Amino acid sequence: MTLLLGIFEEGLIYALMALGVYITYKILDFPDLSVDSTFPMGAALTASAVLAGIHPVLTLFLSFLAGAAAGCVTGIIHVKLKVRDLLSGIIVMTGLYSLNLRFAGGRANVPVFGRETIFENRFLDNLAPQSLAPYTVVLLLLFITLTCKVLLDLYLNTRSGYLLRAAGDNETLVTSLAKDKGTVKILGLAIANGFAALAGSVYCQHKGFFEISIGTGTIVMGLASVIIGIQVFCPDHRPFLFRLFGRPFGVRPTTAVIAGSVIYKACISAAIAMGLEANDLKLITSVLFLAILATFARQRKKVKGHA
Amino acid sequence: MLKLNKINKYYNEGTVNEICLFKDFNLTVEEGQFVSVVGSNGSGKTSMLNIICGTVPADSGTIYIGKENITHMPEFKRQRHMGRVYQNPAMGTCPHMTILENMALADNKGKRFNLRPGTDKNRRDNYREQLKTLGLGLEDKLHVKAGLLSGGQRQAMALLMAAMTPIRFLILDEHTAALDPKTAQTVMELTDKIVKEKKLTAVMVTHNLRYALEYGDRLLMMHQGTSVMDLSGPKKAAVQIQDLLEKFNAISIECGN
Repeated sequence: MTLLLGIFEEGLIYALMALGVYITYKILDFPDLSVDSTFPMGAALTASAVLAGIHPVLTLFLSFLAGAAAGCVTGIIHVKLKVRDLLSGIIVMTGLYSLNLRFAGGRANVPVFGRETIFENRFLDNLAPQSLAPYTVVLLLLFITLTCKVLLDLYLNTRSGYLLRAAGDNETLVTSLAKDKGTVKILGLAIANGFAALAGSVYCQHKGFFEISIGTGTIVMGLASVIIGIQVFCPDHRPFLFRLFGRPFGVRPTTAVIAGSVIYKACISAAIAMGLEANDLKLITSVLFLAILATFARQRKKVKGHA
Repeated sequence: MLKLNKINKYYNEGTVNEICLFKDFNLTVEEGQFVSVVGSNGSGKTSMLNIICGTVPADSGTIYIGKENITHMPEFKRQRHMGRVYQNPAMGTCPHMTILENMALADNKGKRFNLRPGTDKNRRDNYREQLKTLGLGLEDKLHVKAGLLSGGQRQAMALLMAAMTPIRFLILDEHTAALDPKTAQTVMELTDKIVKEKKLTAVMVTHNLRYALEYGDRLLMMHQGTSVMDLSGPKKAAVQIQDLLEKFNAISIECGN
């Protein structure tokens, strides 16, 4: 049971970041590596803010804004300075590493145990009945993640959201609509990195510490979640469950991404349960991602063969 | 009125492969004129459209819309007054968005893309009406993704979308070239209808000499960056396909083909 709760908690935290990766990778078709640094940035800022006595809920918003600013930088480097997409992300990722250390007060490891966080505060203690105590964390995470998902869904159905989707789908059309496609990309990157930093903030408050290396492999986890989620749950892309129900079955891509994140964490947990050590974590992360890519790439070929 | 004044354009400037495409190229398109442009490959037809739209910059020269100098205006700002349909039907629609969403996108051109709902439900019937005029049955497929439509259906939609909001210029870049003869005819007739109804100024590049003759009120034949034939009014009405072919052969021989 504890294991299952752990999977859900981790999955839901990383799902926030995966929602961001969904925007860049799936909507904008932009491989954005800056999430590897904006995720720990959220955590670093939150650790410092919590220690400074800033209200934990406020740190969520602060982190989102800081992440959005970093995303803007990636976007501006790509759009205005015409640097390749992958390199823009790497530049921001590398630079932010040092900045993150500064945000954390010059330390690579900042514990915030015992401080008030969104998970541990008097308000929550009073609100939640004792019987629910083991589940409060996961319920709170579910609430945060679903709120973000719903907000993102709503946004994607606004005019601005339409334009964002168009920018990834057909850049030429954005120009035809007399809009600057560069600005749209910057906006998308800002939102995506906002989500990544928000996830970092939640992560820090959940684990009770900031650690400079937590960002390594963030993009891999995000991509894995997005690919698993979309391939398995979205009939548009891959009618995996299509035949199972005998009729069109599918969920919104955002929901699929959250589910994908939880599944991914479950796979990781399974690998560790089978005897691998915690030190092997990043290796498992990347090997699992490779396995996912290879699996779905083969399935795609098969479909084309039939057609 | 659209005016290109002393346009110069070189490709690969400063290398052994330097090609001079336009040298002091001038073109004036009057308000409400429908110009058909024909010419051999590499004669500068598409480059001319790209310079008009701002997709590629001219090396020197000025471009005017009416009295406004738009030479240095970025492409996306120029599109405010223009609609452009490309040869590739995929360029005019978003494949992963539904027909309804595509129509709504086009409908919002010129408005602010803010946090208001992307699709205005009150406009749905209007979109349906507009799609009905195409006669392709798209009005019943509002929730189908545009990527699932055939090339002809997408091109017809692209045309509709390009001209949905008030624009002054319609730029058509071989927009029937990728379609089968029947669909091409449908799209061409639709183009003519839209241009006439909305009183647009249109520049159409085409390889179909018959379309060039039948449609539009001015005919331009381009060759090596200059217009070698420029007919309008009664002169254009009198010209035959045979005349065009002869001229074509003449300029091809010059090239040594």
